[in-house]
Amino acid sequence: MLSLERRGVDSRLMRYGSPVLALVLTVVTGFLVFLLLDRDPVEGLRYFFITPISDRHGWAELGLKMAPLLLCAAGLTVCYRAKLWNIGAEGHFLMGAVGASIVALQFSESTGFWVLPLVLLGGVVCGALWSMIAALLKTHFHCNEILTTIMLNYIALNLLLFAVHGPLKDPFGFSFPQSAMFADSALLPMLIPGTRLHIGLLFALLAAVAVGVIFSRTFIGFQLKVLGEDPQAAAFAGFPQKRLVWFAFLVAGGLAGLAGASEVTGPIGQLVPQVSPGYGYTAIIVVFLGRMQAVGIILGSALLALTFLGGEMMQIAMNLPKAMTGLFQGLLLFYLLTCDAFIHYRLRWNAKAAKPVAPASAANTTLAGQER
Amino acid sequence: MSMDLIINILSATLVAGTPLLLVALGELICERSGVLNLGQEGMMLVGAMAGFIGALTTGSLMWGVVAGVAAGVAMSLLFALMAVTLAANQYAAGLALTIFGTGLSAFVGSDYVGHTVDGFTRIAIPLLSDIPVLGPILFNQDLLVYASLVMFVVVYVFLRYSRGGLLLRAVGESPEAANANGMPVLLIRYLAVGFGGAMTGLAGAYLSLAYTPMWSEGMSAGRGWIALALVVFATWRPGRVLFGAYLFGVASILHLVLQGFGWDISPELLAMLPYLVTIIVLVLLSSNPTRTRLNTPLSIGQPYRPSR
Repeated sequence: MLSLERRGVDSRLMRYGSPVLALVLTVVTGFLVFLLLDRDPVEGLRYFFITPISDRHGWAELGLKMAPLLLCAAGLTVCYRAKLWNIGAEGHFLMGAVGASIVALQFSESTGFWVLPLVLLGGVVCGALWSMIAALLKTHFHCNEILTTIMLNYIALNLLLFAVHGPLKDPFGFSFPQSAMFADSALLPMLIPGTRLHIGLLFALLAAVAVGVIFSRTFIGFQLKVLGEDPQAAAFAGFPQKRLVWFAFLVAGGLAGLAGASEVTGPIGQLVPQVSPGYGYTAIIVVFLGRMQAVGIILGSALLALTFLGGEMMQIAMNLPKAMTGLFQGLLLFYLLTCDAFIHYRLRWNAKAAKPVAPASAANTTLAGQER
Repeated sequence: MSMDLIINILSATLVAGTPLLLVALGELICERSGVLNLGQEGMMLVGAMAGFIGALTTGSLMWGVVAGVAAGVAMSLLFALMAVTLAANQYAAGLALTIFGTGLSAFVGSDYVGHTVDGFTRIAIPLLSDIPVLGPILFNQDLLVYASLVMFVVVYVFLRYSRGGLLLRAVGESPEAANANGMPVLLIRYLAVGFGGAMTGLAGAYLSLAYTPMWSEGMSAGRGWIALALVVFATWRPGRVLFGAYLFGVASILHLVLQGFGWDISPELLAMLPYLVTIIVLVLLSSNPTRTRLNTPLSIGQPYRPSR
């Protein structure tokens, strides 16, 4: 009989091979999905994965989608390394977009160079303030961060809708729920002329590198890692747990807020209800796929940016629903977690030969948030 | 406030609370076995999508319900494969289930947006529905509302009085001890997760066949997550789940009530209420952490691999 046996040492090969294996399995499943839909699978996969990036314009669009994903993922990495399950990047992102828009609309007549930094700051501050709510609820009221952040996401979405239907609505916008267009001084400069790729991608790459440096070179990064691996050890060492939680949430909120600000001041140029196609949620997959490391999340954000482009291409070229994006993303995460099991376990024939195993590393908080 | 209005509000509360009750009862059983399934939102969407397509293609609401439940079970077994057999991190596996379910339901359901079915209608139970006040609230509802109340009784009795309930709780408190006593820990966890999937699938079918008889992308609007909060709020007790489900039910119809009174509040702000109430309730609950800790299934969230 087939059984699972715990490895003595975690497999390094599987740790880094698992994302590749997951991608292969996802592509194979995609092949079957196209067959099931009675479409040519080779053509389908080519349209999804290759056609979107077959020219200069396509690569620019990839970078455009990478920027928000990578910014959100960099922030979430800080949280997840400390095993703080913040799934509020979507909310931080939306509030960042709202905050930046509020500032941008204040200065719609100004042409100064200082307008753009102020607008971006507005986004960062708004995103960080929004994440502080969840941090406060966690450190002072022991509320589970998964539940509070997801609720805050829904509240942020409704706040955004309120803003575009009410106070931020364009008075000359023919009653469309959207803000006025921002002044040129509030728009991000382009990275490659002639495309929509803006310097937000540089912010994102910088953020990913900074997060990498935090965890490889700084004491606070070390403290966060210890908090994630063994909270009791962190407490025994006298690490300021609450301050670490606040730090992680503030970084996640600020970076996702910057992502939201870059989106409204970049490709969109105004506040609209559909400012995010779910970047904040997809960023979760990026973090897991990227093994919570700088290089990994950069590659991961490129791959997941491609799934957004691929979904759009499906709609244009094959008349298939755009929702294929979500299907591929979900499959990818599923296969990834399945493959990850083999980091700690190996398959064995003959159950009798299996040695006694200890339970795998346990989650350290309950839903109500008590440390045990 | 007239009596009729109160009756209408309470009746609508029962309807709005039903999907929450179904999900929370399923998740309660699941968590009592020590498995935390955060994928409720995804399972619910797949259940709603499958239920709607099932009813539309067969022309029968009952087959729609069967399809919804089956889809919920299938999704939950995928979760169990990862979280129980492969001992994956339950948080991550649950999130994966939600992301996958959201994508899958949007993809498969995209051809069915804009269609409608004749959903479940209210069935007045003879005699009982003539009782003043209580009758129209409790005994003039659709079939699935009655079903949810029956399931409440089943879960309550099962947990409290049956041997199966005892086994389930034993596994949730200490899988090691249960295993040492010869209980099939993994099988019991599989059954609990599967039951949760069935209930969540049913709740999804309720949304797309009774609550609003149509399918639209993301139609569960966070109800799966609210139900998860509800189980914590109820400290894993079925009676409190029932109370909590209707409390959240009120919160989600409050905007209709306030509009009925002619209050002029932006609908977007009112739509935040259920989520805001969830956070407030979590805060109030955590003011007494001991109470929660005493009732939390001890092994919750911890993967278990039997040693033999």
